Amino acid sequence: MTNLAKLQPGDTLAEVQLAPVSRLDLIKYAGASGDYNPIHTIDAEAEKAGLPGIIAHGMWTMGNLSKLFTPYHEEGFIEQFSTRFSGMVFLNDVITLKAELTEKEAGCALFDVIAEKQDGTRVIKGKVKFNLYEDNE
Amino acid sequence: MFEQVIGTRSKKVCNIVEKGAVKKFAEAIGDPHPIYLDENYAEKTRYKKNIAPPTFPRVFEYGTIPGLELPKAGLIHGEQHYEYRRPLFVGEVLYCYSEVENYYEKQGSQGNLGFLVIKSVGEDELGNEVFTSKQVVVITDAVRKEIAK
Repeated sequence: MTNLAKLQPGDTLAEVQLAPVSRLDLIKYAGASGDYNPIHTIDAEAEKAGLPGIIAHGMWTMGNLSKLFTPYHEEGFIEQFSTRFSGMVFLNDVITLKAELTEKEAGCALFDVIAEKQDGTRVIKGKVKFNLYEDNE
Repeated sequence: MFEQVIGTRSKKVCNIVEKGAVKKFAEAIGDPHPIYLDENYAEKTRYKKNIAPPTFPRVFEYGTIPGLELPKAGLIHGEQHYEYRRPLFVGEVLYCYSEVENYYEKQGSQGNLGFLVIKSVGEDELGNEVFTSKQVVVITDAVRKEIAK
């Protein structure tokens, strides 16, 4: 695995493509997070809300996005993680997670992170500030 | 519409970063990494114990903000921000509360949109902030009319 501290602006972390979104994914996230808003799990409730079908929790996608950084836990930790939810994720959508280093500062690395669908639509645009431990630099 | 509750906050609620809850959460976001789940693995890391995924604070109870009544349906989660002083440790106790930080309206293409900014904080037992989060909830015209009824 690449050392995160050695990455330069323009470098990217290994992309992750998720399996097509399933109802069970969202039921699991509802249970694990405590967010039981039925537009994420029950078709009739999603339709009542004017949606063509159930949509993923934005926080499910954001949670998935954070895992690009998990392998680097010995080098540092996510100090800031900001996202804007710019699109809806439906069942069977295939989401790809990406992170690109944009800037290095003393003791930290800044990334642009995105989650995009099979058709290229971005459903999350965000930023991560990864704090690098001093003894690792 | 929510202007009068700006600055209002909930009472602190005691939360534990529970091992079982962390496992369930890590699995639900497809990140069952041993740093979250395996004590033996964690012992050999700099943390010496398991940590929780960054978005785990979604699980905590933050108490009720007095006077803030939100409809159960029709809210849109627009933005989410987290800031951490360090990772969260499995087994630790955090005192969490939420506060209405701001409310404003903007003219959109489909009527006025309301933006409710809710800040949430988790403190350790000494009262030091461990994480803060900010959630921007978008409230459409239709939903606001429903609330106003």
